[in-house]
Amino acid sequence: MIEGILIGLTTALTFQNILMVMVGCFFGTIIGMLPGLGPMTAIALMIPITYGFDPATGLILMAGVYYGAVFGGSTSSILLNAPGVPGTVATSFDGYPMAQQGKAGKALAIAAWSSFAGGTLSAIYLLFMAPSLSKVSLSFRSPDYFALMILGLTAIAAFSSKGQFLKAMMMVVLGLMLASVGQDSLSDITRFTFNNMNLTDGISFVLVVMATFAMSEALTIILKRNDPTSAAKQVSLTELGSIKINKEERIKMYKTIPRSSVIGFLIGVLPGAGATIASFLAYGMERNVVSDEEKEKFGKGSVNGLSAPETANNAACSGSFVPMLTLGIPGSGTTAVMLGALLGFGVQPGPRLYMTNPEIFWSIIMSMYIGMVILLILNLPLIPYIARILAVPKNYLIPLILFFSVTGIYVMSFNNFDIYLMIGIAVVATFLRLYDFPMPPLILAFVLGGLMEENLRRSLLLSNGSWEFLWDRTLTAFILAITILIVVWHIYKTFKKKN
Amino acid sequence: MNINTTKIISLLFFIFSVFYLYTAYQIQVFAFDENAPFNARTFPIYLGYAGLFFSGLKLILPDPNTIKVEHKSLEYKKTGILILIAIVYGATILKVGYFLTTSLFLFASYYFLGERRWILMFLLSFPFVAAFMYLLHGILDIYLRDPFLQSIGVMG
Repeated sequence: MIEGILIGLTTALTFQNILMVMVGCFFGTIIGMLPGLGPMTAIALMIPITYGFDPATGLILMAGVYYGAVFGGSTSSILLNAPGVPGTVATSFDGYPMAQQGKAGKALAIAAWSSFAGGTLSAIYLLFMAPSLSKVSLSFRSPDYFALMILGLTAIAAFSSKGQFLKAMMMVVLGLMLASVGQDSLSDITRFTFNNMNLTDGISFVLVVMATFAMSEALTIILKRNDPTSAAKQVSLTELGSIKINKEERIKMYKTIPRSSVIGFLIGVLPGAGATIASFLAYGMERNVVSDEEKEKFGKGSVNGLSAPETANNAACSGSFVPMLTLGIPGSGTTAVMLGALLGFGVQPGPRLYMTNPEIFWSIIMSMYIGMVILLILNLPLIPYIARILAVPKNYLIPLILFFSVTGIYVMSFNNFDIYLMIGIAVVATFLRLYDFPMPPLILAFVLGGLMEENLRRSLLLSNGSWEFLWDRTLTAFILAITILIVVWHIYKTFKKKN
Repeated sequence: MNINTTKIISLLFFIFSVFYLYTAYQIQVFAFDENAPFNARTFPIYLGYAGLFFSGLKLILPDPNTIKVEHKSLEYKKTGILILIAIVYGATILKVGYFLTTSLFLFASYYFLGERRWILMFLLSFPFVAAFMYLLHGILDIYLRDPFLQSIGVMG
């Protein structure tokens, strides 16, 4: 193994390859910041360019683009409340409020350090556990995945505060309902399309997230412009761009990062689960383990609330390489694109890769890691300048947010209907937000909806319609037991507070 | 009984769930799938009942955290105008083209939000959109339909 790591490092640390990773990080960050263009698009755009290089250099360029795009996605989540990819939605819950308090630079720095730490720890887990974890990931069956989705949705308890549990559950159901629009994945029967061809493919994630987060946020700011309780805090550019993290905040991060990295990595290892569930679960878990005083800060700019999802989504990114490299199964859209690129280079991922070609395996792992290090070195000095986006007057910033939202949808679908639909959802979301209906549960449910139905379908078909699959397997029963514990704990806490 | 807006929203959600459930039952499935343990309408039916359950609970149970919104202090007029501009933008973007509609959308939005620095408004609309369009179309090779620029010969 050590030999493999050294070969990987030697390949990744040549001048040409370091230059490539720097270029990749820079362009990845820019592409990732644009709504609608996430890591998957960024890597796909780079594939034709990478074929001009040898496999190692090509992969290193892609690694830089990948991490750059993930960081870029976090940046737009924190600064504009516009997460372009599902994996960075949870980042906006506390990152955006922190930025609104004039701590945009600090929020970006916490995100950058947490991402880096998450990636570092997961690289260590990967070194020691990759071969054995591939067997674990294969042991997951449909009922286990279904139970995992239920657990993910139960984590919405973390987002509901002070008796808002039912509102959160209503938003979960609404998210699942929106996800059910379009063709049924197995039978191709159209559902809830009302003979509208534009709905046949369903509603896109970017549309829903832009409508419920970015656009509705912009509308809410305009709506509450004269509300004395929502007057924006005036901050200096120095304060806005400051990346200083104080000792108390660092201590919080030291506690959050290890536990979130474990969750992120383990969830990332499961094919199909990925960074989104990992970040939501890490956020939910973090809220449940911190003190009551810290819990109150969640959703209002908590350091733990920002650090947890950022650590987890990066750890999950590394974790998702386990099934891709050891089994040849891409765990997410991004790894599917990377798998295609690897095949294009003549590299065949699978169980034999780790044993027969350890140098390729480790070159990929090392190049991913070096990509992350370079990203941190490149982006930390840029944070004070990036953070100044928030210093743009609201009269300009709001139209620009709307412009980015509409452009994100337009470049994806090229039709008017999606724009109208986005405006419609944004108006409803703005109204719901006025009455404290939380949007994060809706987004999580929307993302998980398709997967949840798929796994429930398989489970029910395999058990001939019997619901016994929920307790037939120990793993399923264990995950559901955790879910029940979370619900019972939440109810207990609510009653305790009332009394 | 004092009915607050949250309860009205819950009632609307309840009605929506009834409609959703009704539509779910109307989903046409293949004859051989009709009695299968799981078909295209199974999951939506569960969702419909879940919607009824949670919104029903919200309607029945007392609401200790009533949200009061000061409607008088809300800027309905400006928000409405902005939404209207966005709708017009959506309606014209395909026919007129990305560059002109986006630039006009930004310019009009700045104006209705109270901005009057004309040069800055211009710079942050037309040249800004041109630069952004160059990034997407010219550098990243993402196609942007633009009949207006095509008609004046700027775009091929």
